[in-house]
Amino acid sequence: MITEKKSIFRPFGALKYLFRKPHTFRFPFEQKPTAGRYRGLHINRRESCTGCGNCADICPNQAITMVEQPDMESVPGKKNELPQVDYGRCCFCGLCVDICPPGSLSLAKDYIHIAPNTKSFLAYLPDTEESGNEAFVPAAEYSIMKASLAHRLADNAGFISQMDYSLVDFERVSMGIVPAEDRKSSFLEIVKGFSEEQARREASRCLECGLCEDACPANMGISDYIRAIWEGDNAAAVRVFYEKNPLPSICGRICTHKCEEACGIGRRGQPVAIRWLKRFAADSVPAERLKQVLGAGAAKTEQRKVAIVGAGPAGLSCAYYLAVAGYRGTIFEAMPKPGGIMRYGIPEYRLPYDALDKDIDYIASVGVEIRCSTRVGEHVTLDELHKGFDAVFLATGFHVGRSTKVEGTDHDDVFQAIDLLGDITEGKEVTVGKKIVVIGGGDVAMDIARSMARLQMKRYAEVDITCCCLESEDIMPATREEIDEAREEGIAICAARGPDRIEIGSGRIRGLHTVKCTSVFDEQGRFNPTFNREDRRFFEADMVIEAIGQAPDLSYIPKELDERLEKEGRRIKVSQQFQSSVPWLFVGGDLIEGPDVIHAIANGYAAAQGIAGFLEAKS
Amino acid sequence: MEVVTHASSKKTTGSARELELYFGPQHVGMVGNFGIVLTVEGDTVVRARSNPGYLHRGFEKLMEYRTYIQNFPLVCRLNVMDPDPKEMLYAMAVEELAGLDVPRRAHYIRTIVLEMSRITSHLFWLWGFGNLLGFDTIGQWAMGDREYFLDCFEMLCGGRVYHTYIWPGGVRRDLPQGFQEKLRFALDNLERMLPDYDEVFFNNRLFADRTRGIAAFTRDQAVSMGLTGTNLRATGASIDVRKDEPYAAYAELDFEIPTMEDGDSYSRAVVIRLEMAQSISIIRQALGQMPDGPAWKKTPNPFKWLVQPGETYVKIESARGEDGMYLVSDGSDKPRRAFVRGPSYPAAILMLERLLEGASLSDVGHIMLSLNVAAPEVDR
Repeated sequence: MITEKKSIFRPFGALKYLFRKPHTFRFPFEQKPTAGRYRGLHINRRESCTGCGNCADICPNQAITMVEQPDMESVPGKKNELPQVDYGRCCFCGLCVDICPPGSLSLAKDYIHIAPNTKSFLAYLPDTEESGNEAFVPAAEYSIMKASLAHRLADNAGFISQMDYSLVDFERVSMGIVPAEDRKSSFLEIVKGFSEEQARREASRCLECGLCEDACPANMGISDYIRAIWEGDNAAAVRVFYEKNPLPSICGRICTHKCEEACGIGRRGQPVAIRWLKRFAADSVPAERLKQVLGAGAAKTEQRKVAIVGAGPAGLSCAYYLAVAGYRGTIFEAMPKPGGIMRYGIPEYRLPYDALDKDIDYIASVGVEIRCSTRVGEHVTLDELHKGFDAVFLATGFHVGRSTKVEGTDHDDVFQAIDLLGDITEGKEVTVGKKIVVIGGGDVAMDIARSMARLQMKRYAEVDITCCCLESEDIMPATREEIDEAREEGIAICAARGPDRIEIGSGRIRGLHTVKCTSVFDEQGRFNPTFNREDRRFFEADMVIEAIGQAPDLSYIPKELDERLEKEGRRIKVSQQFQSSVPWLFVGGDLIEGPDVIHAIANGYAAAQGIAGFLEAKS
Repeated sequence: MEVVTHASSKKTTGSARELELYFGPQHVGMVGNFGIVLTVEGDTVVRARSNPGYLHRGFEKLMEYRTYIQNFPLVCRLNVMDPDPKEMLYAMAVEELAGLDVPRRAHYIRTIVLEMSRITSHLFWLWGFGNLLGFDTIGQWAMGDREYFLDCFEMLCGGRVYHTYIWPGGVRRDLPQGFQEKLRFALDNLERMLPDYDEVFFNNRLFADRTRGIAAFTRDQAVSMGLTGTNLRATGASIDVRKDEPYAAYAELDFEIPTMEDGDSYSRAVVIRLEMAQSISIIRQALGQMPDGPAWKKTPNPFKWLVQPGETYVKIESARGEDGMYLVSDGSDKPRRAFVRGPSYPAAILMLERLLEGASLSDVGHIMLSLNVAAPEVDR
């Protein structure tokens, strides 16, 4: 303590330090090791960097610029851009590390940079040893004298991203789902949907990097509508939907959400629930307000008419955008109600009919005529359409079930999933087996299995369904949540089993013999399954449903016209705007892209542009 | 208001014997980019005018153009020697405006970090003060012992000077493995060294003779000038935000506020010396009582973080006194207005000019440092 002693000799006590080892003493020279969380020069692992640019957005000094890399390919979920750091601006605060959704960015323990030219302070972040112009070197070859941004010590990350301390919210607002016990006895919609508060909270997670927009086939303005939802302006969100997609209530439920797969937050956590947010905003604007929200119809009206074959997503989307552009579209639909596979293929518990009707009614209200129960090729021919209209858009989709063609599939109790699903929608009496085997591992297989489970519950009060598919569970084409929910509803899933034959005894199905499927695709990635015939398993059943995929039915195209159409493999060849080699004939939807709702909508949009251009050129 | 007069003050304005001297910003006796324009007559200062502005970077204005999270790496730069209280202030202000909860563990970690910052700031001051009085040894020791604390900071958050560690919602990372041992080593080392500091410096007759009775002011004068912290406590006032309006975990810790009575340069130095020992004790207690749990409560997405409209003034006790921040939110993602009350401002501008009047030229540097002036706090 302070006593203020009088002697001026007291300080000489410090002489004892002459004989103590000083703590700054380092000889021979050794570099002081930097701490584990040192915030030095940046490191970016290119293999996990998504190019989202959040680091550039958060940088308080604008030190980071996203630079396009010509040698990199832009794929969904990964832009061909890399952050470039200007070390003349960087303050090494590490906010870029804390906002990085995939955690690819970190700060190294390196802090020495020696270079003759000042431009070297503007640097790409070094990557792995393979990456070419920048290289990490092992400790033995590293020296301070050579230290530069392109000459960095390997395995030397300091300040790294930690999920618990990241500025990114990795956890989704949980979506309420009807419990399996309750939902399997009815066809009521199982997803409860977000409340306003939940939706805004979920929307607030979005970082607006736009990776999702690049991945969306329809290229929807996802960041914009999520921002609108976050701001509480659901009407603005709906306006954004209708710029590219006239079926938001439908897409908000059953879209294959490529956007969520691309979401950067999904790299380490749960992606933003983009689909549920769309559903929320679409539902929040009632049908009677849609017109008011979206404003008046077309600015001009053209007298030219377009015939659209098929009232599925592609046909509806095309008709809507033609109507918005002022053209008169007429849809010819074979089934009694419009919607196509969305109505007759997707079960009601996933897509309730009122949501479907809301979107379709709005499309009809902008001046699209939908003629149901009019099958082209039967009630009206394609030639008649050609004569009566200025252009024709074919969007008839994939609606014929494919068969495995194994022994026994010609039996009466072997059904096609797509036919059964249509019958359920139409309210027809359908056969319900006591023990059912579904062949297939896609979403349609899950749809039919879960629909049959509901019918079994009604009739027998118990579920006995087995799904067997060629693919092993990790590569099953059905979405993960469909598989999980099917399991919860009591459906057994036997992955990696191929059908061998259906055993029939005294006129009735006894069951399905299967063999082990060892691989589905060959080395070129083509479908070419191989089996281990020793590993056999028998599934007892009195009903077998095939759900291995659908095919188009183009028998309505007259032979003479068919010969004039150029093909690409089995598909009709179309231009980027979906015009076929016969100028008045446009083709889109599943016929071109294969089964996917959002691709179909995107096709419809593009085809509408193409048709409008074609008609304009014609006049 | 005639506040401070020196015994030997002579008002000889306009005399031909007067000379104008620039003490800083380029001067070995000046810490930081700060200047004093002195009018001297012989060895006596006739008039002194503080000359700030060399370090003005417009932080308060810059903060209006940055989002709430982007401001966080900026605020620590308001005081180079003692950055953590600024981070704490900003975090507290935002937490109050946005209604954020801070986990209990974060409160304790913040307390530890703030006291570490106080110790490093005091040691840095000791280096400057010792040097200006001609005591080289104490300066070197202080800087050497400060290194151990800087190592702790480096381990904690990867930065030795600008820690960017305390942020809204808690702290940026939990304590790393082995941190407590490292910090205890630094504390033990400083505690072992303090008696030697006393032998060499604080109990040294030369130090006492050099500082006693120099630049003295009373408690009332200090209060009227807005002085706080060690400057005020050296006049016998036991005023400390940590006790008066406890924040972080200070309410749960047991500590005394050291005071001295005379209000002169000597008293101010001794208060700082006593505070170092007190800080060691506070850190030890906090380390012992620290609860488990998370050290940060996630804040909203920084790109979509709107803070509800409102205004707040928060204050804490930094190494130099009451440090305050006034923050206004208009409901957008950026502060509408930020104002920082640095404790060095009244010391360096108001009090210093008066204390220097009539002082000996050789005392100018040490009077300035006895007030523990930090130039960046003046300019902001």
